Amino acid sequence: MTDLSSAFADRSTPLSRVRDLLHRYPAISPAVVLVVAVLVFGLLNDRFLAPANLSLITQQVAVVGTLAIAQTLVILTAGIDLSVGAAMILAAMVMAQSASSSGVPPVLALVLGLAAGIAAGALNGLLVTRLKLPPFIVTLGTLSIFTALTLLYTDGNTVRGSQLSSTLTFTGDTLSVLGIKISVGVLIMLALYVLIAYVLKRTAWGRHVYAVGDDKEAARLSGVRVNRVLASVYLVAGAIIAITAWIQIGRTNAASPNSGLDLNLDSITAVVIGGTSLFGGRGVIWGTLLGALIVGVFRNGLALAGLDVLYQTLTVGVLVIVAVAVDQWIRKAKS
Amino acid sequence: MTPVLEAKNLVKTYGRVVGLDGVGLQLLPGEILAVIGDNGAGKSTLIKCLTGAEIPTSGELFVNGEPVSFKRPQDARAAGLETVYQTLAVSPALDVAANLFLGREVRRKGVLGSVFRSLDVKGMRERARAELTELGISTLQDVTVPVENLSGGQRQAVAVARAAAFGSKVVVLDEPTAALGVRESNQVLQLIRTLRDRGVAVILISHNMPQVFEVADRIHIQRLGKCAGTITPQSHSMTDAVAIMTGAQTL
Ligand SMILES: Nc1ncnc2c1ncn2[C@@H]1O[C@H](COP(=O)(O)OP(=O)(O)O)[C@@H](O)[C@H]1O
Ligand SMILES: [Mg+2]
Repeated sequence: MTDLSSAFADRSTPLSRVRDLLHRYPAISPAVVLVVAVLVFGLLNDRFLAPANLSLITQQVAVVGTLAIAQTLVILTAGIDLSVGAAMILAAMVMAQSASSSGVPPVLALVLGLAAGIAAGALNGLLVTRLKLPPFIVTLGTLSIFTALTLLYTDGNTVRGSQLSSTLTFTGDTLSVLGIKISVGVLIMLALYVLIAYVLKRTAWGRHVYAVGDDKEAARLSGVRVNRVLASVYLVAGAIIAITAWIQIGRTNAASPNSGLDLNLDSITAVVIGGTSLFGGRGVIWGTLLGALIVGVFRNGLALAGLDVLYQTLTVGVLVIVAVAVDQWIRKAKS
Repeated sequence: MTPVLEAKNLVKTYGRVVGLDGVGLQLLPGEILAVIGDNGAGKSTLIKCLTGAEIPTSGELFVNGEPVSFKRPQDARAAGLETVYQTLAVSPALDVAANLFLGREVRRKGVLGSVFRSLDVKGMRERARAELTELGISTLQDVTVPVENLSGGQRQAVAVARAAAFGSKVVVLDEPTAALGVRESNQVLQLIRTLRDRGVAVILISHNMPQVFEVADRIHIQRLGKCAGTITPQSHSMTDAVAIMTGAQTL
């Protein structure tokens, strides 16, 4: 008996308690990393914490931060979306070009872009649920398809800011909050985080998203309509991608068919650093916001420290690998 | 007496593999029917076809004499059939209460529920606690613990509790005591009797002969995808049952 009870006592080492805590609250590790990074960069350089610089960081993060919401939903279902950036550019070009060259009223142009984003999501969802292809393969294919469609539609031409109506660039307008200039795009991003956090935590759909990512067959046998949940996740992701397109137009004050392909992978980076498991079923949406902010803070802080862009890329790579390693370690506790 | 659940001539093939080869089954109201058979005899396939988890290749199903066809598990649940699958079918990341209500979540009253789709988390937890207490499942104290933090036996208790709590006509259990110790197994057997006393018919798949002979009213013997016969604990001995199961004896 004494042997047994000491064996049980041994299991609860400080390290295993940390692991259990991280398992229960996956956003803790990115939160700690972000706070430490902000403190360190703030100490290294006075300009880092200046309101103008903080404002810049939020605006730099807005596009990838919003896109990463869509990516989080897909990854929670144990999928991955390699096409989010390409679909966003497609939606952005539909918005910008239809308004500038085809003379469509700006609000209608936004609606058309939204429709394009949702259609892109619907295609991904259809291929994943009907043809039962792995999301990695499906979105690898649609990444090329969306890119080609964009180039066909635009002939590779950029729509410049001077050609864009104020409705399309509205997301780039700023207002001052406590001395920090916040763009409309950043506010939209935050609103989407609140909305998706609510939906994931408080609705049946949110629970089903986790259940499907956790164990698809168990979810099906428990009465969850797995394909319906998956298809709806890709549709919602498509809508979020289109909203991101609008934010991107405001942020860059232009719409270019050739920019933003990095976003396909950058969004995955934010999700992974934010503590969401690539195996699905584990993670919180706020972690993704933290992940996007971590990448933004490191990029900005390292640049202010005068380091070459190469080191920013290097650091982000190290962060991703560390985040995935931590996830593996946490998951091992439960297997 | 009209069977509460009846299957006629069920066939299920997986490509060239024949899982079920023309099986019939009758479950009478308020009875405990055990299903026994060797590994691979088609026990799990049979109950999957009865409960909408698999669509039979051919064959007919009746609930209270009415023909039904279940396209998915929730169709069977809607008809009052609940199942504990051999794989347990619980979601590890969700807590005990969320698992009990998975696929039939309860929303809050008023606009919060109807417009904002907000779940009645508190209400579901209270009902989960009440059900567990009523079923006498003492091993699950805290319904807010994620299922992945539970032991194998406790997970089994979650799956059994879910079926017992919602099964109004029929509860099907596929090897529910496989991962359990003696004390927990006896709790499940007691629970099966409680269900029968409530008027719920039970199908129990088990390898444990003494258990089967203790609780079953009738015993359906599967062999090589077919039903080798149906016996009762009174008409045959355990040795007979094993002999029929293995083909050493025929009915
Ligand atoms: N999904 C499946 N795909 C292919 N063959 C299957 C599948 N499920 C069951 N089988 C086959 O059907 C037969 C019956 O299996 P099963 O019903 O699981 O047996 P039991 O539960 O009695 O051990 C076995 O030969 C098994 O290999
Ligand atoms: Mg089986």
